[in-house]
Amino acid sequence: MIVWLKRNMFRSVGDSIISVVVAALAGWVVWQLLQFVFITGRWEIIQVNLKLLLVGRFPEELMWMLGTSILALSFWIGAVASSSKRDPDKKTSLIKTGFGLLSRFGLIIALGAIIIALAGTLDAVLLGIGTVAAIALGRLVGLARRRIAVLAKIPWLIWQILLVALPLVMIVQTLLVSDLSEWGGFLINVYIAILSIALAFPLGVFLALGRRSSLPIVRLVCTSYIELVRGAPLFVLLLLAGVALEFFIPSEIAPGAIFRAVTVFTMFTAAYLAEIIRGGLQSISKGQTEAGKALGLSTVKIIFLITLPQALRNVIPAQIGQFISLFKDTTLAGAALSMLELLKIGEAITKQDDYLGQGLVYESLGFVALLFWVGSYVMSRESQRLERKLGVGIR
Amino acid sequence: MGSLSSTSSRVPLWRDVRVLRWAFQLLVLAGVFAFIFWLYNNYQVNISKSQIQTDLTFLDNPASFTIPGNDFDQSQPVRDALVQGFLNTLRVAFVGILLATLLGTLVGIARLSGNFLLRAVATAYVEVVRNLPLLLLLTFMNLAVVLQTFPRIEDAWLPLDLFVISNRGLALPWFEGSGYVLLGVVVVALLAMWLTVKIRNAQADKNGKPAYGLRIGVLIAVVIIASGWLLLGFNWTLPFVEGRGTVGGLRLDPSFFALLVALVVYTSSHIAEIVRGSILAVPKGQGEAADAIALSSGQKMRLIILPQAFRVAMPALGNQYLNLIKNSSLGATISYFELTQVAQITVGNGSPAVPAFTLTLLVYLAISLVTSLVVNYFNRKLALVER
Repeated sequence: MIVWLKRNMFRSVGDSIISVVVAALAGWVVWQLLQFVFITGRWEIIQVNLKLLLVGRFPEELMWMLGTSILALSFWIGAVASSSKRDPDKKTSLIKTGFGLLSRFGLIIALGAIIIALAGTLDAVLLGIGTVAAIALGRLVGLARRRIAVLAKIPWLIWQILLVALPLVMIVQTLLVSDLSEWGGFLINVYIAILSIALAFPLGVFLALGRRSSLPIVRLVCTSYIELVRGAPLFVLLLLAGVALEFFIPSEIAPGAIFRAVTVFTMFTAAYLAEIIRGGLQSISKGQTEAGKALGLSTVKIIFLITLPQALRNVIPAQIGQFISLFKDTTLAGAALSMLELLKIGEAITKQDDYLGQGLVYESLGFVALLFWVGSYVMSRESQRLERKLGVGIR
Repeated sequence: MGSLSSTSSRVPLWRDVRVLRWAFQLLVLAGVFAFIFWLYNNYQVNISKSQIQTDLTFLDNPASFTIPGNDFDQSQPVRDALVQGFLNTLRVAFVGILLATLLGTLVGIARLSGNFLLRAVATAYVEVVRNLPLLLLLTFMNLAVVLQTFPRIEDAWLPLDLFVISNRGLALPWFEGSGYVLLGVVVVALLAMWLTVKIRNAQADKNGKPAYGLRIGVLIAVVIIASGWLLLGFNWTLPFVEGRGTVGGLRLDPSFFALLVALVVYTSSHIAEIVRGSILAVPKGQGEAADAIALSSGQKMRLIILPQAFRVAMPALGNQYLNLIKNSSLGATISYFELTQVAQITVGNGSPAVPAFTLTLLVYLAISLVTSLVVNYFNRKLALVER
């Protein structure tokens, strides 16, 4: 211990000074933070407004649909995670697996526990237990497919469709039944981010292919789109969409704030994704294309069966990074389009009659920060893990 | 013989690759034009319905708002307001880039420090800041730090009696009245320093004695500035509180301060990761060679590692600078009068939205282009010259 201290903190006089100063500063910050969280913080503002922060004005009588969607999604995640390939010879002890899961998802679990504690209702506790149970059930189903011969015979694609059907139906049903303009809070941040990335991904792939194309006109069109969008600030694009989108589409469509936001986020993210995917395509050696040609494959088949899959795999971390920054940028929709997303609501609740002028900005922004931070941090950690697992860059 | 005759026959038109390529491109072009025409057509139809002006004549209308921290008059045209906003954007972006680079480099080096505590704190800083939305940091700086935690001007904080910190902004000691003289002296001093380093190094290359170029250069610069100070007598003033404001010194608007800090903190966390990656990308042998010729750890970093690391980092750094410039548009959310805020206000005052915001976008595009030209220039200069 002393040797370690000496080696890592007190190697020289300068080193010792740095250690002492940094320790004092860090200790002070941590002390202030602990004091704020456990003693001085007045968290009832979050407790009272918890539903507003998480789902906005989502109708109370439809909350059960949202809960069911979360359960269905958890089941799906459990099933997909357990069906990934694993070395059958490698036996890991239960404790080790548990510890690994805790280090990966401990933050999410802790956040869930905090939210349940803040909500303090039976429904929230049940939803928490249900989510864990649904993930476990999903894993069991995934395991069953590997163990039981009848299930293993189902083709991969049909199995995947069967699994995804339940959450998809639930989510679409929720979307259809509820009024989208009543969605808000963290729910709308997540919804916009996922919808935009899903729409931006194909567009980004085609832009990247177009920019790499040997056809000059296609290349010119794609390059100018990418560079124009990348040169523009997202916030100004959102402002422009906020006042001017209706001029560019037929007047029969009346765009709501979500429509405007998703349009801009999709266009914007597609340009950035295109550059990431282009990087991936450039990392594929020419031999791959030539091998495809030697086999007599058409250009389209070479791209979609050989180069693109490898390229996309090589840039998975960068793509997840782009998704994280999109997730964080959804806060701009609140400022530019007055949409009631998490940050906007976090600001607004400090101006409620009960809390006005009491200086509860730290509490409300702290809670908002916690949600965004845990989401982004866990995603970036998982992407690094995925990168190691896929062995990109290592042979 | 059948194969021979088939190669000599012409490929039919619909299988000729050259024809197909051009046909496909024309198709794409037609599609793009059709889409643009569709947008334009919608625009014309919708505009004619709502009687909104679409040209740039609004630039000559009086702005009818004032810009804080500026002697801009309400009766001046919108054009001038936009120019002032543009200058404010440049101001925050320039200072922000300088500070973010400095802080980011320090944190990036600290991330690789042998000191466990320093490394842990730097890592925590990067991981916390990088995973928060910039707008959240900005809102926090504005609402929580400046407007709530900073005291009112009556009981302003006066650290060392040099600064005045209140919710009306910051004031720092600054040189007064002789800004241009000061600038001239500093430029002369820097020029002299640069020349000294050049000449000393050239001499050292010839006679092989140590150059001490930088030390002598700094000494000369200090002497020039000091004698300029004594002879020309430019004086500096301390800010102090008077009534409900501060007098003297350099005043920073609270919104400028909040935006600057948010941008610097956010961008520096990204720059730190770039710097860390670039330092790791420098071959290990370089550091070992520096150790072998007995350079101190400071010299090793400054002379061997960092110059090579920045060569790797330059393109990524350039991207971060562009992001910082574009992100400065978020100043509009806390009423810092930069370009976006000015455009937003004129639109609110009745200027047509599409031309005004399009103009704003074009200005940002121009700034981005110029910045990437500058970055590319440095990138070429720094690039390894190969055969």
